[in-house]
Amino acid sequence: MTTPYQQQGAPGASYTSPIPVRNTHLGDALASEWTKIRSVRSTMWTLGVMIVLMVGLGLLTASLVAAADPDLEGQSVLSLGFSGVLLGSICVMTLGVLTISSEFGTGMIRTTLTACPSRGRVLAAKAIVFFLLVFTLTTVTTAIVGALQVGIVGGEPSGEDWFRATVGVGLYVAALGLLALAVGALIRHSAGAITIMIGVMLLPLVVAIFMFSESLRDVQEALFQYSIPNQIGVLYDSAVTTSGPTGWQPLWIVMGVTAVAMAGAFALLRTRDV
Amino acid sequence: MIELEGLTKHFGAKVAVDHLSFTVRPGVVTGFLGPNGAGKSTTMRMMLDLDNPTSGTVRIDGRHYRDLAEPLKYIGALLEASKAMHGGRSAYNNLLCLAQSNRIPASRVREVLDLVGLTAVARKKSKGFSLGMNQRLGIASALLGDPEILMFDEPVNGLDPEGIHWIRNLMKQLAAEGRTIFVSSHLMSEMALTADHLIVIGQGKLLADTSMADFIQENSRSYVRMRSPQRERVLDVLRAEGLAAVEAGSGVLEIDGATAEQIGELAARHQITLHELSAQRASLEEAFMQMTAASVEYHAHAAGEHKVPAKAPPGAPGAPGAPDQPGQPGQPAVQWGRSYEERRRRRSSRKGA
Repeated sequence: MTTPYQQQGAPGASYTSPIPVRNTHLGDALASEWTKIRSVRSTMWTLGVMIVLMVGLGLLTASLVAAADPDLEGQSVLSLGFSGVLLGSICVMTLGVLTISSEFGTGMIRTTLTACPSRGRVLAAKAIVFFLLVFTLTTVTTAIVGALQVGIVGGEPSGEDWFRATVGVGLYVAALGLLALAVGALIRHSAGAITIMIGVMLLPLVVAIFMFSESLRDVQEALFQYSIPNQIGVLYDSAVTTSGPTGWQPLWIVMGVTAVAMAGAFALLRTRDV
Repeated sequence: MIELEGLTKHFGAKVAVDHLSFTVRPGVVTGFLGPNGAGKSTTMRMMLDLDNPTSGTVRIDGRHYRDLAEPLKYIGALLEASKAMHGGRSAYNNLLCLAQSNRIPASRVREVLDLVGLTAVARKKSKGFSLGMNQRLGIASALLGDPEILMFDEPVNGLDPEGIHWIRNLMKQLAAEGRTIFVSSHLMSEMALTADHLIVIGQGKLLADTSMADFIQENSRSYVRMRSPQRERVLDVLRAEGLAAVEAGSGVLEIDGATAEQIGELAARHQITLHELSAQRASLEEAFMQMTAASVEYHAHAAGEHKVPAKAPPGAPGAPGAPDQPGQPGQPAVQWGRSYEERRRRRSSRKGA
């Protein structure tokens, strides 16, 4: 109150920081997102549980099969990893949602966007860091589990089988996680987005199981074929259905869906208030 | 320097910010005042490009926020405390990820943590922080890029006296270094101690853009406070001089329209004993209440004028006739002096009875 007003508007008085200003790029955002994802407990929990499920269930089924009857009726031994991957992918979806929705939940998103006003760059950096992390972990884990299963049960999977059951599954699970991230960005609410993703994963199968009517046979068939569990099975060549997508097709399908969801997330994040 | 031009924000039918234009100049602390819900936070969010304006622009050193290469080096912002950080992350990591996105070295993170006094808890999760600690963490994040412009949204909320003192001095020091300081508050008394320049808004509209001293001068009354054992004589003398005195309880008289010197000389001429005589200037708080009372009153009119008489019931004891209807619907919204005068008249008639 006592400060003389004359000070105000003194020309040329502005402050200059000694820290130099350079143009930031995606690399800086990637470094930032990497720090974020590795410094929260939920990453450790979800990915830790994922690895435990994949290794644990993979070894359990392998040893049960080895103890009972090692004849897999022409199926690849690698398909024994299926149940672990199926449950592990739920963990990945949870992490995918949390990666973005926790920022909205805590209000961190405001700080993040103040530091990096290019919203597209923030979302891209998040997606890249998350995708690479999940892809690497899943691929390495499925490779280890596959090797152990071959050791326990025996058999000689082809190179193509190996590639699809490791890199293919890794890409599929990471893409599924990315879809969850996009849904998290669209919904901006952790619980809501996780529920939606679990619904997407399980509902088609559950609905199809209880479709008894003959007239709905085609719908039931399609729901079976395109349900996520069955798609993962296709990657292992052990699908429940005999028709529908084969080979690498499940991967192209999930990537297409994820691309659409990500495009929506980009568009909405750009225009929304946070 | 921050320039706002015709900034407007609608939330559905509600107008949160209404054609706001002002400039925040460097080297001073600019206080941004308004009652709760006046649109302060919305305005600040638009300044940081978090909310999209319905119309109008904000320029920071002539540029749009989105065009800043490394924004943390231009603007540091303290947003709503404890609602701008991830609680599951340590204080250090919360700041580190911000620093990395603007290519600020990690050593600077330790520096600002030290500056705000959080070094000891740098590795602790910010979830367990007290309100004051969170506030300090927010300030650390604002200072991270050593920016030229600093924005603080309600910085003293929830702080203890020591913390409040610290923030006050910090803001003054930062302004003295030539930085632009923009601080929002609904605490007038706090602004009186820190701000040099004031921007007041009410219901999203600009009510004042002036220096602190000018603001008080224009929007508050000055009066003389006096205490005397010869109360009746004083009143007689004042009446004879045509001066209005208001009793303010415990023998204190408040006199408008004269200086303390004039009253003192008057008392000497009439040989009146004085126990107290002082010139009083209404506080910023009072000036602010006066200003925003008008915008609040306007609101009541718009909602339905039948509410107005309820404020001063016609049958109120000692009310000498019904007070004037304080404005008619459709009248200009801003009639600052008037509402204050009315309250004063009502008070004086109550006291005088």
